[in-house]
Amino acid sequence: MVQHLPALLVVVPLLTALSVSALSWLAPRLCLPLTFGCLGFSLASSVGILMEVIASGPVVYTMGGWSSPIGIVYVIDYLSAPILVVVTAVALINLVASSKQIDRDFSDKKGTFYTLYILFVTGMVGIVATGDAFNLYVLLEIAALTGYSLIGLGQPRAPLSSLNYLFIGTIGASFYLLGVGYLYIATGSLNMADLARFIAMPEHSSSTMVMFAFIICMTGLFTKMGLFPLHGWLPNAYSHASPASSALLAPLTTKVMIYAMIRVCLYVFTPAYVFGTLQISNAIVWIAVAAIVVGSLLALTQKSLFKMLTYIVIAEVGYMVGGFFLGNRMGITGSALHIINDAAMTLCLFLAAGAITYRTKSDSFSDLKGIFKRMPFTMTAFTIGALAVIGIPPTCGFFSKWYLIIGGINAGHYGFAAALIFSSLVNAVLFFRIFEIAYFQSPGDSKDHHHHGHHRHKDKMVEAPLSMLIPLMITALSLIVLGIYTGDIVTHVIQAAIPGVIS
Amino acid sequence: MITQTIFTSRPLIAVLVSLLVIPVLLSCRSKNIRESWTFAAAALKFLIVVSMLPMILGGNEIRFTLFDVLPGLPIAFKVDSFGMLFALVSSFLWIITSAYSIGYMRTLNEHSQTRYYCYFALSLSATVGVAFSANLLTMYLFYEMLSLATYPLVTHHQDAEAKSSGRTYLFYILGASIALVLPAMLYIFAKTGTLEFASQGFMTGAFSKQTLLILVLMLVFGFAKAGIMPFHSWLPAAMVAPTPVSALLHAVAVVKVGAFCVARVITGVFGSDLLLSFNLNTVICTIASITIITASLIALSQDGLKRRLAFSTIGQLSYIVLGVALLSPHGLTGGILHIVMHAFGKITLFFCAGAIYVATGAKNVSELVGIGRRMPFTMVAFLIGALSVIGLPPCGGFISKWYLVLGTIEAGQPVFLAVLLISSLLNAAYFLPIVYKAFFCTDEEALFKKKVDEAPMWCLVPLCITASISVILFFLPQPFLRLAEMTVQSIIGG
Amino acid sequence: MEQIVTAIGAKYNYIVYVILMMIGLYAMIVKSNLVKKIIGMNIFQTSIILFYVSTAYKTGKTIPIVPYQGHDAVHAADYINPLPHVLMLTAIVVSVATLGVALSLAMKIYRQYGTLEEDDINENLRSEEGK
Repeated sequence: MVQHLPALLVVVPLLTALSVSALSWLAPRLCLPLTFGCLGFSLASSVGILMEVIASGPVVYTMGGWSSPIGIVYVIDYLSAPILVVVTAVALINLVASSKQIDRDFSDKKGTFYTLYILFVTGMVGIVATGDAFNLYVLLEIAALTGYSLIGLGQPRAPLSSLNYLFIGTIGASFYLLGVGYLYIATGSLNMADLARFIAMPEHSSSTMVMFAFIICMTGLFTKMGLFPLHGWLPNAYSHASPASSALLAPLTTKVMIYAMIRVCLYVFTPAYVFGTLQISNAIVWIAVAAIVVGSLLALTQKSLFKMLTYIVIAEVGYMVGGFFLGNRMGITGSALHIINDAAMTLCLFLAAGAITYRTKSDSFSDLKGIFKRMPFTMTAFTIGALAVIGIPPTCGFFSKWYLIIGGINAGHYGFAAALIFSSLVNAVLFFRIFEIAYFQSPGDSKDHHHHGHHRHKDKMVEAPLSMLIPLMITALSLIVLGIYTGDIVTHVIQAAIPGVIS
Repeated sequence: MITQTIFTSRPLIAVLVSLLVIPVLLSCRSKNIRESWTFAAAALKFLIVVSMLPMILGGNEIRFTLFDVLPGLPIAFKVDSFGMLFALVSSFLWIITSAYSIGYMRTLNEHSQTRYYCYFALSLSATVGVAFSANLLTMYLFYEMLSLATYPLVTHHQDAEAKSSGRTYLFYILGASIALVLPAMLYIFAKTGTLEFASQGFMTGAFSKQTLLILVLMLVFGFAKAGIMPFHSWLPAAMVAPTPVSALLHAVAVVKVGAFCVARVITGVFGSDLLLSFNLNTVICTIASITIITASLIALSQDGLKRRLAFSTIGQLSYIVLGVALLSPHGLTGGILHIVMHAFGKITLFFCAGAIYVATGAKNVSELVGIGRRMPFTMVAFLIGALSVIGLPPCGGFISKWYLVLGTIEAGQPVFLAVLLISSLLNAAYFLPIVYKAFFCTDEEALFKKKVDEAPMWCLVPLCITASISVILFFLPQPFLRLAEMTVQSIIGG
Repeated sequence: MEQIVTAIGAKYNYIVYVILMMIGLYAMIVKSNLVKKIIGMNIFQTSIILFYVSTAYKTGKTIPIVPYQGHDAVHAADYINPLPHVLMLTAIVVSVATLGVALSLAMKIYRQYGTLEEDDINENLRSEEGK
């Protein structure tokens, strides 16, 4: 049983998704418990695998007993194990937190929603675990297709945003597929470890075909993660979706894509090739700098909460891509750490925003007046999330930024370090602008006529339901816990994930 | 001197006491119970700090490592004589301010008092945290915590004025720390691999003069709480806060945290030898001197009493920075001692300003003509506070200023001696007329009748206590003088 | 230059797939009608499928169906590479699924706005925001 956990991680949700779909006709009441149980199992087994990996190194699972490079293998190493935990934990927490929202938004299609939800998680888990380049494409598309549907179920404007996302997402995935095709032509293999062995050979590392494959693969993945200037699909898709969907998609999609990028770069194309032979990394870091600056500036122009958060996501993508392509140990550590931290941060902010919209039915800034009085707990969690994004210690956002900036300094890339500082400052402006609205203005205020006690009757507490509040609080707390345990995460997990050739 | 290192969690407990009391405060239904808890926490905190005093005076050092947040870079506490001195002052004054807060907040019937006490407690945790930090990262953590915890206090009134002041406050304090301190700290860490304060500094000569100059400027200006011009505008803006906040935070805790951080960075990061060898300390001294003179001149023209006090504070903070940056034994002693002396003097002045506001509603200097007849105790305390800030005997301020003056002579910097003397004259020029007008005006001029009508006891007693301590410190400057001398010894290595 | 020309001649399948791909991309970007965009997307995906399948081809070799030959070795070089075909079987499934999702979204959009022309929908949205 235990040695089959990597396979069960994908198979169990896949089968559960089918049963949930069937149950939605037979016994709709059982859908939620079953989904919960399935994700609970996923989380538990991810934690189990993480422990196993920390104790005795990477776990390799050969599907159907076909050994690599012929069969498909699942490789869970120091990098993927913690991200598996993050993916399953985010999915589970969001499921609990959004159950009320799901009841309200999808009362007649709950079964469909849960099915898609589990399938999405299946895709994400698979992307993280797989050790096969083509299998990665299939899982990428499973996650993406369910993602389009989850978004399309949302507000009136969601289908259009979702369709635009689908077009761009399909182009991205197709590019990746094409890149894999070229790799296959060049090497005759699809297994990641096997590919890496081939690419290390001089005749391949100097071939244009491999270079072309790299560029196309990366373009595809950059499109999927929404790296500026390929980010066009992201803001509308995430802000028009139901909060129940966006709180799942926003923390996971971009982060898991970045993980896929790291995996492909480090374990398929090998660090020596990506950071040495290609001489492309500096240009990509500058693109990331542009993403950070543009994302931050565009966030400033937004007038509603979810839209603003989506542009912050775009800036954060720049953090991780840039940090990784700095090509040194500190930068890659920061990037990998930020995948974990940013998933938690984004989840916290989206859950809080979801709780606010659940009560106020709107996420525009003008409807946030006096929200500190009315939803103190939600806003406390939101504040912690905001501080993490700004990068105030001891929240986790500070520590990943720490590594990223030191990576920038070590690489002599001061532009990247400056962009991170700039983005921190902009984030401070963004969030304190919201705090000002939420703290100083009362719901009844038309302008600045404000007197103490005038609007007391409107300041009554209307906190979100407990089923939303408790997961939100846990997430907010995790931001601090992750921050405090940064040292352990880095030394025991992430350092081991980075190949020794990178200094 | 043999220094022993003692490992105990007491510094952590001292920091946590005020944090842990917050849930209790939140759950209290009655005002009286809530405020007794505040007192209990304040007293406990002070006692824990005092309990460490004998070890420090005995030449030991206390260390406690909490978490290894980054490999080789823990959240760690270290109690040395300098930190001890600062923690003693701020934790003691919290007790007094709590009493004063009761009088002030209740008389004015302020809203959200529970929130007020909670954030006050949080601020004190952060302050003591800064005092007991063993490395720059820990210090930065508590520094930011303090910035954020004081924001709701500054904007307590939640009106338009508070909002715009809060914006200025954050812009300078948070902005400067993220834009200047953070990159400088990361750069130092990337190049040296450590951030642990050492008594002689940990940066070696591997840096060029230009790099060092930029780093020094980034850190001196970046700790904007020290109010060095042009990063001072937040302090006058922060005066919209309730007076106890201005008194404890903007005369003692927050601003001294700024000065303390600058002093720590100068001595613990760069080290006296390095700065002296590049003559960078003169740069810092010059910046501080400009602030001293300019702030004093601006203070002269301020009619708002609290604003005048604020500009006075800006000038006095730079005394501390100047003294430390002189890097001569007496200058350092004076600078460090000034943290204490100015704290007691200025908190008295703020308490008086608050008491006047509570009793009469007057906020401006021009409205205080003849107030000495109505509030004699308050105004006598005001006089003592003013004398202490000006630096005249028989007040504590005289001692620190005496050392500062000696320090400038010792360092062979007569210009800075002149700055100190001119500034003292200016201090006298902006404080003494207030006292003079309060007591010695003609009957036609007086805005108040001769009837004695002081502020409530909860306000009056604390300000009398701090005023008396200001005087007592002149005669009995121990143990602060001893702590300052011990600090100087470890820095100069004598 | 000459080398490039011969390379193009030898590998015309690459040229074809790139042309198809560009046609698809063109439709997705330029066309205003959502269904036309979806068709463009399908052409785009199909071009990649063709690319994969074409790479499997070996001149003069046969389809990879191996008759029972006892225990004799099978010479892989005699057959067309079956793996790309198998991979594309999966890719076709993915592309059909994508098409399904895209069409259902398009239906939803049509029900909502009564049109599939993107310009009209945007017009519609703008006037909605103006209200």
